[in-house]
Amino acid sequence: MLRCGYALFWLLESVLLICVVSSVKGEAVVTREGSHLKLSESSHSNESQHGHSSNITGIPIISFKWHHVETPYLVAFWVLVSFLGKLVIEANHHVTSVIPESALLICFGFILGGMIWAADKVQTFRLTPTVFFFYLLPQVILDAGYHMPNKLFFTNLGGILVHAVIGTCWNAASLGLSLWGCQMGGAMGDLDIGLLQYLLFGSLMAAVDPVAVIAVFEQVHVNDVLFIMVFGESLLNDGVTVVLFNVFDAFVSLGGPKIDAAEIIKGIVSFFVVAFGGSLVGLVFGLLISLLTRCTKNIQIIEPGFIFVLGYLSYLTAEMLSLSAILSIVFCGMCCQKYINANMDENSVQTVRYAMKAFANGSETIIFVFLGISAIDKVIWVWNTGFILLTLLFVLVYRFIGVFFLTWILNRYRLVPLEFVDQVIMSYGGLRGAVAYGLAVMLDENKIKEKNLMVCTTLIVVYFTVILQGITMKPLVMWLKVKRAAVTEVSLLEKLTNKMFNHTLVAIEDISGQIGHNYMRSKWKYFEENWMSWILMKPSARKKQDQVFDVFHQLNLKDAMEYVTEGERRGSLEFVRNENSIIDFKKKSESESFDINNTNMSNDHGAMSTTSRDPIPSVSLEMHEQIMKAVREAEAINAHHLLDQHLYKSRKQHRHRFSRSHFDINRDEKEVQEIFQRTMRNRMKSFTSAKMGVKPPKTIVKHTQKEQQQKMPNGKSMDKAKTSYSGDEGSEGDSASGYDQSYMRATYRAGAGIENPAFMPDLDPMDLLQIPPWLGESELDSSMVALSHRAQVDLPRTPSNLRRLAPLRISTRSTDSFTLENIPDTQQMDSDQLQPPPPPPRPPRDDGYV
Amino acid sequence: MQCISFEQIGVLHKRFKQLSHNEETLRRDHFNEIDDLAFNPIRAQIIEAFFDRRNFHQNGEGKVQEIGFEEFVVVMSHFRPPSAHMTEEQRGKTRREKLRFLFNMHDTDNDGIITLEEYRHVVEELLSRSGTLEKETAKCIADAAMLEVASISVGHMEPDEFYEGITFEHFLKLLERFEIESRMIIRFLNMDTTTLCK
Repeated sequence: MLRCGYALFWLLESVLLICVVSSVKGEAVVTREGSHLKLSESSHSNESQHGHSSNITGIPIISFKWHHVETPYLVAFWVLVSFLGKLVIEANHHVTSVIPESALLICFGFILGGMIWAADKVQTFRLTPTVFFFYLLPQVILDAGYHMPNKLFFTNLGGILVHAVIGTCWNAASLGLSLWGCQMGGAMGDLDIGLLQYLLFGSLMAAVDPVAVIAVFEQVHVNDVLFIMVFGESLLNDGVTVVLFNVFDAFVSLGGPKIDAAEIIKGIVSFFVVAFGGSLVGLVFGLLISLLTRCTKNIQIIEPGFIFVLGYLSYLTAEMLSLSAILSIVFCGMCCQKYINANMDENSVQTVRYAMKAFANGSETIIFVFLGISAIDKVIWVWNTGFILLTLLFVLVYRFIGVFFLTWILNRYRLVPLEFVDQVIMSYGGLRGAVAYGLAVMLDENKIKEKNLMVCTTLIVVYFTVILQGITMKPLVMWLKVKRAAVTEVSLLEKLTNKMFNHTLVAIEDISGQIGHNYMRSKWKYFEENWMSWILMKPSARKKQDQVFDVFHQLNLKDAMEYVTEGERRGSLEFVRNENSIIDFKKKSESESFDINNTNMSNDHGAMSTTSRDPIPSVSLEMHEQIMKAVREAEAINAHHLLDQHLYKSRKQHRHRFSRSHFDINRDEKEVQEIFQRTMRNRMKSFTSAKMGVKPPKTIVKHTQKEQQQKMPNGKSMDKAKTSYSGDEGSEGDSASGYDQSYMRATYRAGAGIENPAFMPDLDPMDLLQIPPWLGESELDSSMVALSHRAQVDLPRTPSNLRRLAPLRISTRSTDSFTLENIPDTQQMDSDQLQPPPPPPRPPRDDGYV
Repeated sequence: MQCISFEQIGVLHKRFKQLSHNEETLRRDHFNEIDDLAFNPIRAQIIEAFFDRRNFHQNGEGKVQEIGFEEFVVVMSHFRPPSAHMTEEQRGKTRREKLRFLFNMHDTDNDGIITLEEYRHVVEELLSRSGTLEKETAKCIADAAMLEVASISVGHMEPDEFYEGITFEHFLKLLERFEIESRMIIRFLNMDTTTLCK
């Protein structure tokens, strides 16, 4: 059932994606199906169609125009097919847990390719370099860059660079030279390939493919350092390979004899220029994005678009300047991630994340499927056992040698050496993928006679590494007992300790007078915080970027969710049962309670009421009021301020207004909102009353010394209160939803400390439930209060609404349900005194928070 | 088992002399003179750690006013890298030792428990220089962390129970995933040629 739901969701999403992708790819297809389109024929048929339509006298009601839509239609259809394939594959978890998805997708491609072959007798679809490099690769790489764990990456940057640059050069050179040597030795018969061509081939084979690596490694959760080494290397060495490839390609075009020392030096220089230039372009674009998102407050709806468009432009720009496009887009993503996440609205951030993943995943799927389809083509299969097997062997062996040698050198300088098993996995994780294939297809047949052999060998290497190594990777990781990544979530204490720990390391380095890693990092951080953030980040966003704060935020959110879930679990039924309980008030502090009337925002006030769910009247409790001091109030507001942004906000109802630029929150259609609020309130109240009924006395005693005030809510009375509220205040329902602050959160955090974690959450609502003692008397009346028409209609449904609305609650952005109780309370009092409900106090809001 | 090479001791001694202006002992104001340290939010805690007898491996308690070179090296030795071939037991011991150092930085009154007050103090200091978070926030964060700790280490508590603070055992357990033995390392202590074990 659940799975079915997911499937549907996926389908929907994929259809959506198709719309996007197909529009993006419209142009691409011309190349993809270049062989198939038979342009002359299609234009001819167009003509005939045209002629035909002019011949008929009337207007055709319907006409079938396949050629009109053929190209985009085919693209969309292929995307759909790939996605459906993925859907089917993903549905079988027991299969994907053994065989990685990428391998299955390739096999799916085989099947599809076979079908096409059977139908057409010629392979009409294949992955062309243009499509691959311009339309499929960028989003995968952008995604990788955008989600790159920056700190980890830069901590290990040295190792990654050594592997990516030297390792790749080593792989290319050794493979090319060895194959050439073998040919000289006569191992593979008569081939028309020179040394330069071999080196060119070696360079295209050298790259470890990020797409394949992510696909395999994300299912094998190896430890962070190992992952970043493999992944970072695969990302950077793509750039390196493309550069190497271009250099060798130029050499091949130039021809052997013309190459002299000057050309070689030029080649080496161009290598660095291309690599660093590409990175620089990426950085510039990344900064540009960050700057742009600083001022997109008014056009949030297209905010996410900037990231994609500018990311893509950075890719194209680098390509235009013949710099490394891959490096460019990687650095663009890495550079902007921090700032745009801080600058943009949370909705936009989510959108970017999702869209990024959707694009990347989509193109990854298509890439693998087409890698499979491309294989079923008689033209490219040129078999040369020696060449193919030797290539496979060398690729594997030299990868091992390169990794072990480089790591050996690196380990002499690393504080924490990479272990042997890590090195094995690194070597074994050298998966080749679509980049190699794309480059192989790009080879010029005029210059390289054996192009097809190379393409075919590349394909075999790709299949071998992705399928065989992919499948065996997981068992190998298990067998070698590679340290796995910790999958648990990080606690606040850990974050804090971590932060403290980093400062300690820096301090010790300072004291010992060393300029080490930590020293550099702290200097960078200082610079970054004081300059980069200042320029690139919205002032309001700077506050929220702190990691500790982030965890704090998460924690608050989690608490709120648990709290509501708990409330729901106990909620609705308690509410019903409470109806006939007896309430008894001991009005110890009436006078003080009146203070609340002045629409005091901070709920630090004590109000006292006793609760009893059981008929025995009731625990009477001392209450501990504290007259609010100005300071205290200011503090509280401060804290609320901070917290109100993070608390639970219920999903807002979106009005279906036909506006493209605004995604308005529904403020007019009160009904939905009202029902929701009421049910939430019900739930909260009954929940608290239920809880409080159980163990009030001890807690209260406990808190005598605390600044926090304990309020004993009266479940019954609150239920009534809210009933009357909803009756009287039907029209106010929406304005209430505008307030998403929660006071009790703050006080609870601030005051209660560590008393009892299990119990604390239950206390929260108490703060809100300030029941003026007179309520006790008015209560009977208030239950009789004439309900507004709508309320009368709605009320009976309330209990069932609870259930129905349950899913709504789960959303992370939802109008704070806790605080909903707040407003009614104050209003309640007013309405009791037969005053028109005043507009509830507008809390100070953080302007930056949108 | 502490392994610091002669060479490293030489390096440290030079630094020691430099910090103390060629005197035999280091005092707190010597540390306060270090420029780079001025930006460190937890400077006070770090400096105190150097004058804390608990970090001298002698089961001592309390503070001292000045430290000699030996104490200096002993405190520094908390940041030595683990040797390549360690048994599980040794690894665990190193880990405990390093975490103890951190724990002591929190536990200022040496009662074996990090109380809320102590923790708040540290967190406030820690977040004080970030410039983005107010004091009140820091307090909230400290409280939240403490609550979380309480809920993790004690689990369910009766309403009248009171969580006094983080004991060292809890601290160890809470930071189980924290790979301190491979991170609490300063590079200068890594040049092991001839080692001096004491």
